[in-house]
Amino acid sequence: MPVAPVAVTTSERLRMVGVHKRFGATIALGGVDLSVASGEILALVGENGAGKSTLMKVLSGAHLPDDGVMCIDGQPYRPRNPLDARRAGVAMIYQELSLAKHLSVMENILLGMEPTHGPFMAWNLVRKRSAEAMAQLGRPDIPLDAPVYRLSVAEQQLVEIARAIAIGCRVLVLDEPTSSLTKRDIVCLFDLVTRLKQQGHAIVYISHFLEEVKEISDRFTVLRDGRSVGGGVTADASTDQIIAMMVGRTVDELYPRSPRTAGEVVLEVNNLAGAGKPESASLTLRRGEILGIAGLVGAGRTELLRSLFGLAAVRSGKIKFGAYVGASSPAGRWSQGMGMVSEDRKAEGLALSLSLSDNITLSKLPPFLSPSRQDDLSMRWIDRLKIRCRSPRQSAGDLSGGNQQKLAVARLLLHDVDVLLLDEPTRGIDVGSKAQIYQVMDELACAGKAVLMVSSYLPELMGVCDRIAVMCRGVLGDAKPVKELTEHQIMLEATGSGEAA
Amino acid sequence: MTTLTYESRTETRRSNLRTLLAKVGPLIGLVFVVALFSSLRPQRFPTFGNVEVMLLQTTVVATGALGMTLIIIAGGIDLSIGSAIALVTVAIARFLSGFEIFGWVVPPASPGLAALGGVVVGVLCGMLNGLLITRLKLAPFIVTLGTWGALRGAAKGLANEMMVVAPSTWLNSLLKTLSPGDRWMLLPPGVWIMLAMALCVGAMLRYTRFGRHIFAIGSNEQTARLCGVPVERSKLLIYMLAGAFAGLAGVLQFSYLTVGDCTTATGMELDIIAAVVIGGASLNGGQGSIFGSLVGALIMTAVGNGCTKMDYRNWVQEIVTGGIIIFAVALDRLRQRRT
Repeated sequence: MPVAPVAVTTSERLRMVGVHKRFGATIALGGVDLSVASGEILALVGENGAGKSTLMKVLSGAHLPDDGVMCIDGQPYRPRNPLDARRAGVAMIYQELSLAKHLSVMENILLGMEPTHGPFMAWNLVRKRSAEAMAQLGRPDIPLDAPVYRLSVAEQQLVEIARAIAIGCRVLVLDEPTSSLTKRDIVCLFDLVTRLKQQGHAIVYISHFLEEVKEISDRFTVLRDGRSVGGGVTADASTDQIIAMMVGRTVDELYPRSPRTAGEVVLEVNNLAGAGKPESASLTLRRGEILGIAGLVGAGRTELLRSLFGLAAVRSGKIKFGAYVGASSPAGRWSQGMGMVSEDRKAEGLALSLSLSDNITLSKLPPFLSPSRQDDLSMRWIDRLKIRCRSPRQSAGDLSGGNQQKLAVARLLLHDVDVLLLDEPTRGIDVGSKAQIYQVMDELACAGKAVLMVSSYLPELMGVCDRIAVMCRGVLGDAKPVKELTEHQIMLEATGSGEAA
Repeated sequence: MTTLTYESRTETRRSNLRTLLAKVGPLIGLVFVVALFSSLRPQRFPTFGNVEVMLLQTTVVATGALGMTLIIIAGGIDLSIGSAIALVTVAIARFLSGFEIFGWVVPPASPGLAALGGVVVGVLCGMLNGLLITRLKLAPFIVTLGTWGALRGAAKGLANEMMVVAPSTWLNSLLKTLSPGDRWMLLPPGVWIMLAMALCVGAMLRYTRFGRHIFAIGSNEQTARLCGVPVERSKLLIYMLAGAFAGLAGVLQFSYLTVGDCTTATGMELDIIAAVVIGGASLNGGQGSIFGSLVGALIMTAVGNGCTKMDYRNWVQEIVTGGIIIFAVALDRLRQRRT
């Protein structure tokens, strides 16, 4: 039964005290306290690996806590599985949406709790209840009969939120809800979340993006190394203060930058156009420099790297890489001395079921090989990048995100490529691993290698790169030295409003 | 640095032990099955003669499993292998006795040439699968389901839907229990051929670039592509190689039957897939071993043979074999969840 929203009160809805969770020897959660009241939005922030996802798994019943107390509306709450959590009114909206794409919107909203007359679906009730949920979200315009795959990502997310409303959720958890949304959709989502808050829902909002946190949340709690290390009223804290709490160190220590000078040009790209994006990209990359490419998600930055590397088609334009002119295949690029780290390490970057050593050496296998020699070779780079593992024979899927990413970078180091194409090399990894990757990039640039890096995280680009070019709707702008740029200027250019500035 | 390396060496040893355990899992199963039947039927099961018979019974499936292992590690599947084997037996019989095609007379071939011809037919079948999969970008399951029917049809056509009788040659002795004069060979030549091939394929998987590429493609095709692995070419090669082993399995099957039979090896594709899966391969790709597949094939034979020796009826045998397939895979799942 859909539960009517309770009147706006400020009573405490959810409280977690001293929550602990261990996996073997690893302490994933070492004492987390948080509380959220009805009619309140609590932002949960922290670097990846800080324990946010484990905490949410505890909250949603996927993991049992080893220690600690959880209460909902003053009643003890100990979910043994996700169904328990759902019954208690805890609804999670994950980054990866969990919808049955071929079913209609209304079937998805009431999935698993379909009203029936005996064995038959009560379609009129299905329609009525899902319409109610949608109305509560302020979006009666979405067609209830449409199959979900026809909707945009933002609308699909909405369907999932409607499902949470329909089960009568008391605590709504949104995990990185904006990561795949456009700017306009984000505005809509924020309106919606505010509306739910006013209806008296207790909302936990998880995000990397502090700007969003500042905008939407009432209070925040910071997780670091599995502990809640601080929090407070969002309006009273500055972004820098929150970052300092998240990182546990100041920003200057994070980005090493040795004095380095740019050398000869190794990569020259003229008016490159791909099958879709990029439409037009020109750049020159020199030895000993790190060139950053900024821009919004979907601007065509990834596609640019992929066409340079031969993973995507080149429609027109010139590529000159050292002595080689024109497009090539990935195999060709590797042998010419170019390597790439994919933005999606799970789907593309690594073969997770293979060993570390297999992953590191994959691009550079001799026709006949000795496994132990491959292991020794890999060990050098595993040590060098301080990849935490038991052995080079361990499978890559066992590692944490940060160590996996370092593994993907290690492949380029072993191959000893001259030009490194790095697509979001630090996305979703812990700050320690980030620092190590920055360190390696700095060392490589000093050693005369060239790095072309795509990132959506501006502070990182500003901290690491020598020059930054901005891509907007498939067109790459001129690269400018970092000293002449501000984050504000880059954002203006990335959103296509840069001409005025 | 030195301490770290030391530590990681001990850890390497420990994890080697673990992978070793994972590898001998099927072997433990085999030992268990053999021990069980040996204790239940000590007079009839563990005799030299019966072991030889079991090896003979396993050889065709095991030879086919060599190629199937490659395909499954690479994330594919081949349902057409039973039909390909039947086609090969018919082709060999035709080669041996000579035939006429489109008014063109092919004289009887020597046994060696006929066997080679059989292997070539197998390679062509594999090539057909490989080309359809890589060029048309179709799912291996669908493609080989199609060729499963088509190749069987081709075999029947080539055989005029009859047994094709062939002159008796030394090919027929590849898979016969050894005569007393040939005892020095210990095992029939067909078994030795299969074991030698297994050694080669096992070494290829472990010690060559191509072998590692097969694992990479099965584990994550996109990663393989990113790392410059020629994915399509490798896949085609894998299916052709598997076709060659299907051809060899066909030669051995012919030797066993002594005639070309277009209805032989019906359902054998499932036995072969089962052997590979019992041996620890994952149908999702990226995992599997030749040793495991051979042990898997032996487990299936030992169970079948043991049930016969227990005088169980055929249907009991079939239920037991089915149960073992599910049990083996479930056990593997459990083991993986724990690590």
